[in-house]
Amino acid sequence: MTGSHTVTRHGQSRQGVAWRAGARCLRGIVLRETLRFVHQRGRFLSALVRPLVWLFIFAAGFRSVLGVSIIPPYQTYVLYEEYITPGLVGMILLFNGMQSSLSMVYDREMGSMRVLLSSPMPRWFLLVSRLVAGVAVALLQVGVFLAIAWFWDVRPPVAGYLLVLPALVLAGLMLGALGLALSSFIRQLENFAGVMNFVIFPMFFASSALYPLWRLRESSELLYRICRVNPFTHGVELVRHALYGAVHMPSVLIVAAYTALFLAAAIVGYDPQKGSLARRGGPGGPGGPADRPATKGAS
Amino acid sequence: MSGPVAGGVEAAPTPASGDAPAPEPALQVEALGFAYADAPVLEAVSLSVPRGRFAALVGANGAGKTTLFSIVTGLFAAGDGRVRIAGHDLATRPRDALTELGVVFQKPTLDNDLSVRQNLAYFADLHGLPRRTARERIDAALAQHGVADVQARKAGALSGGQRRRVELARSLLHRPSLLLMDEPTVGLDIASRAGFVEHVRELVSGRQVGVLWATHLADEIRDEDLVHVLDRGRLLASGTLGELLEAHAVRDVVALTAALR
Repeated sequence: MTGSHTVTRHGQSRQGVAWRAGARCLRGIVLRETLRFVHQRGRFLSALVRPLVWLFIFAAGFRSVLGVSIIPPYQTYVLYEEYITPGLVGMILLFNGMQSSLSMVYDREMGSMRVLLSSPMPRWFLLVSRLVAGVAVALLQVGVFLAIAWFWDVRPPVAGYLLVLPALVLAGLMLGALGLALSSFIRQLENFAGVMNFVIFPMFFASSALYPLWRLRESSELLYRICRVNPFTHGVELVRHALYGAVHMPSVLIVAAYTALFLAAAIVGYDPQKGSLARRGGPGGPGGPADRPATKGAS
Repeated sequence: MSGPVAGGVEAAPTPASGDAPAPEPALQVEALGFAYADAPVLEAVSLSVPRGRFAALVGANGAGKTTLFSIVTGLFAAGDGRVRIAGHDLATRPRDALTELGVVFQKPTLDNDLSVRQNLAYFADLHGLPRRTARERIDAALAQHGVADVQARKAGALSGGQRRRVELARSLLHRPSLLLMDEPTVGLDIASRAGFVEHVRELVSGRQVGVLWATHLADEIRDEDLVHVLDRGRLLASGTLGELLEAHAVRDVVALTAALR
């Protein structure tokens, strides 16, 4: 993507050609992920069922137990279903971000990541494109979820549906980048399940997705502080405010900063050698040098 | 290659005064080294593949063939040495180098959830081909490689031979100068294997593509083919198969490798 300003024989600058090629590459990656998602109907349904179960059952059950006072961005008392909806949108982004990264570990093992990474675009561009593609898939899921929620009487203002789009993109990128950064530490697909349990559930429950943080603070100051540094909390608040037509600048800035941090870690840490290292018993892996007397060759 | 060279690479021919300069080889590997942790996998490997030649990279499992391919495709960073694809240095001009490279990996890499045509279109996008150009080339490639009738079928529903043909078609969509094929006939039945090898040979002469074909199957190599013998990460010899067999008074590649050790 680093083109000079020289001119090709067709009168186009090399930089212009590079950007057009980059745009086509991005389009291809997004289209591929979208097609895969649409073709995998089971994945589509399960991605929807999870938040809908929370909305239809959990929220209904806890409506009378968990009272929510008037807190920004709400102008009045809201039903628990309404409070929890941005949190469930965040849940979709969180699961999708992690699943997208899981798919990269899977691709790394199955080899299709090799096709991607041996194409001419720089690695950082290819990885960011994969993240963007993951966000595009998440947007589809969120759109369907919000449409169903509308029939469940969760009806944010129309402007909120537009304003929430950039918020979803930013929060989705942050969570996807986090997943990708985590996948850098994973050698093989099987190890990802543990990370899911150690990352997804703690992040989700230690956030403002299900309950306002002031409620949590009444129980534990420490837990409250943990929730405050949880990136997912800020992603949820960003989405919550945007969905009700407000821009919550602290959340915007914090989510942007976390996105940059996770992206940098993901790009620096992503190493296609990892799958190979694990299979041949690299350092730290089963059958590594410690318990492998002489592995001279590799093929 | 003018003759067999043990453990090294031939010097590029110097064009006579007034002649057009010889084209850069499709692949030039110089003193390549690589290690996993402390275990060396490749040690000072040098080889070249001219354009329009079928070159075989032979060696037993564990010789370092796949690692060499992973470095040439830019997936692994070389520890030492240099790789040039069609004259472009992979380290300093990776984009130009990878634009000239087509690969058929050892493991199938088609996306099973997408149709054959969607797989090819995805690859064309990765290489930044304009949509119209991509459409024309995909149509031509589907016809040329005999897979036009399965273009709407999902890749997961193809036979092994069909998959390989589609992967070959995909690897050539952007018209590379170098084609890397990492044991591409693994898993194919005998008839499919013979047909596939023949198909690739026709492409070599027709398109002036340099092919580096990793294999440990002796019957896939002909006497006139350029052969690079790799063993435990070291290049033992380079030359045409006929010359190497004659020089070492052996009858096949397996015996040749044993004689060179």
